[in-house]
Amino acid sequence: MASAKRKPRLAVWKFASCDGCQLTLLDCEDALVAVADAVEIAYFREATQSEVSGYYDLSLVDGSITTARDAERILDVRKRSRTLATIGACATAGGIQALRNFANVREYAAVVYARPDYIRTLATSTAIAHHVRVDYELRGCPIDKRQLLEVISAFLAGRRPVTPPHSVCIECKRKGNVCVMVAHGTPCLGPVTHTGCYALCPSYDRGCYGCYGPKETPNTPSLSRWFARLGVDNRNLQRVYRTFNANADEFREESERHGA
Amino acid sequence: MSPTDSTQHAVVTPEGLQALFEALKRRNYRVIGPILRDGAIIFDDIASVGDLPKGWTDEQDGGHYRLHRRDDGALFGYAVGPHSWKKFLLPATQRLWSAERTEHGVAITPEPRPSERFAFIGVRACDLNAIAIQDRVLIGGAQADLRYQSRRQGAFIVALNCGVAGGTCFCASMHTGPKASGGYDLVLTELVDDGEHRFVVGVGSEGGGTVLAELPHRSAASEEVAAAEAVVAHTLANMGRAMYSDDVHDLLLRNLDHPRWDEVAARCLTCGNCTLVCPTCFCTTVEESSDLDGSRTARSQRWDSCFTMDFSYIHGGSVRATARSRYRQWMTHKLATWWDQFGTTGCVGCGRCITWCPVGIDITEEVAAIRGSEPS
Repeated sequence: MASAKRKPRLAVWKFASCDGCQLTLLDCEDALVAVADAVEIAYFREATQSEVSGYYDLSLVDGSITTARDAERILDVRKRSRTLATIGACATAGGIQALRNFANVREYAAVVYARPDYIRTLATSTAIAHHVRVDYELRGCPIDKRQLLEVISAFLAGRRPVTPPHSVCIECKRKGNVCVMVAHGTPCLGPVTHTGCYALCPSYDRGCYGCYGPKETPNTPSLSRWFARLGVDNRNLQRVYRTFNANADEFREESERHGA
Repeated sequence: MSPTDSTQHAVVTPEGLQALFEALKRRNYRVIGPILRDGAIIFDDIASVGDLPKGWTDEQDGGHYRLHRRDDGALFGYAVGPHSWKKFLLPATQRLWSAERTEHGVAITPEPRPSERFAFIGVRACDLNAIAIQDRVLIGGAQADLRYQSRRQGAFIVALNCGVAGGTCFCASMHTGPKASGGYDLVLTELVDDGEHRFVVGVGSEGGGTVLAELPHRSAASEEVAAAEAVVAHTLANMGRAMYSDDVHDLLLRNLDHPRWDEVAARCLTCGNCTLVCPTCFCTTVEESSDLDGSRTARSQRWDSCFTMDFSYIHGGSVRATARSRYRQWMTHKLATWWDQFGTTGCVGCGRCITWCPVGIDITEEVAAIRGSEPS
């Protein structure tokens, strides 16, 4: 609130991620000035050299847990945070790096690194909510800056953010988009995917890739049956659910129903 | 004059139709009609007859829509597409008011009443009925939606007697079409089969008669009126779907525990597409926004859907948590409880919910399945 004596302290934490979601904050451009006016950006390594100290009113957590050290560090972040919001598919579902959960991470390391014995990593990539209590999740790969500003504005006003969990389809229909699946036969994950991207891909004549993860009550088996009718084979039925949100429960379970 | 009085029918050519658009634009109407975009026939602004989807038709089935060329130059040779006129009368998003914190307290600014006047071209009988249903819901009760009312009362409607029944059309079953029976200013029937491309025009309002008088036209010959009747009769006989609707109210309400609801729930995606393409579905939600420094806020109205969890959320949780309960709520409201609530059907048989369901769930098939397997 404008009348608050002390500005709320904001921290942005990085775990295993590409940093894109954190950078969404810097990408807010003009609104970033307003954010800096409204909160004290007390810890944000992508933008300042500040050190961890004391407590934070709002922590934005980017990235997933892939190492034992990070599994410890998130406990400390939680203790320092009055409100903790996870931002992006890595933090909310484990990210693209959760593909390791379906494979042997040592084999991956052997392929990628010259000295795989230097690598200390967990067998899985997991969401922040697997480790600590999370107050709010903002979906997306990457998150949408309008939604990020909505979460911060709502936090400051003490209200619930408007980030509905329904399908992408509802956004498509509000925009007047022609359904790419019905009218063109293009497989689209929109009917099972959480809205938030303003129906970006279908607005450009592409099927939805599920960047925002499962919507509320997704019926993935029904959609998969329809994809099969559209000519998607079993291998690809597995792959469509194994992208940025591969470890989100409903997408993981659906991908495990299909395969080569 | 009576819209069905054959002696009063006129005939206009496609050039006369162009003159109609120009007459409407002179009256400061925003002329809206069918156009081709992104592989479908949708509604948007049209500047001239050249914008209409000449020589196109559509193939429709459950979860399936494709355009094809016709072998003639018909301007209206297709059924309804994904858009309905509620896109204009009840927009998907509209701001209701905004407020600003000032030295003297909070200053609230209501959004001004819409002043835009629409002329809709090619409104089919199903959609005329849908508009009448939304009128009943939104302005026929104790609390009128004043924005809807402004847009609605300013609208000029050029109806169309359908020359083509789509693959998912069932207006005949719902007694809503394919012949327009009122609620328009002018009504067109397109004749393309026998030589000259022309439209038989009927008048439905004084305003319609005034506009018609400005257009190049002549009186319809009795054979032309008969040909127009034959177009409608042919459409009536070729409905893509059928649903016996006379007893559907009681049928559904005595089968609320029918196992078919579980079966359809296994297919239903609860994505909400059926409700948003439905020309009678009117549900909206309101959303607040506020800025970062807490000095300004605004309230907006947005299309909502009974297929979301938030729709039935009351303190503690959603009343309709399962797909079964949400599909059943939607379908029984459309076909049964709408009668109890508003005294009309909530379904006009346009078939949009069938075509635009991503997995092709068919309301006529669901009714037939329940009818065919009622527990004794």
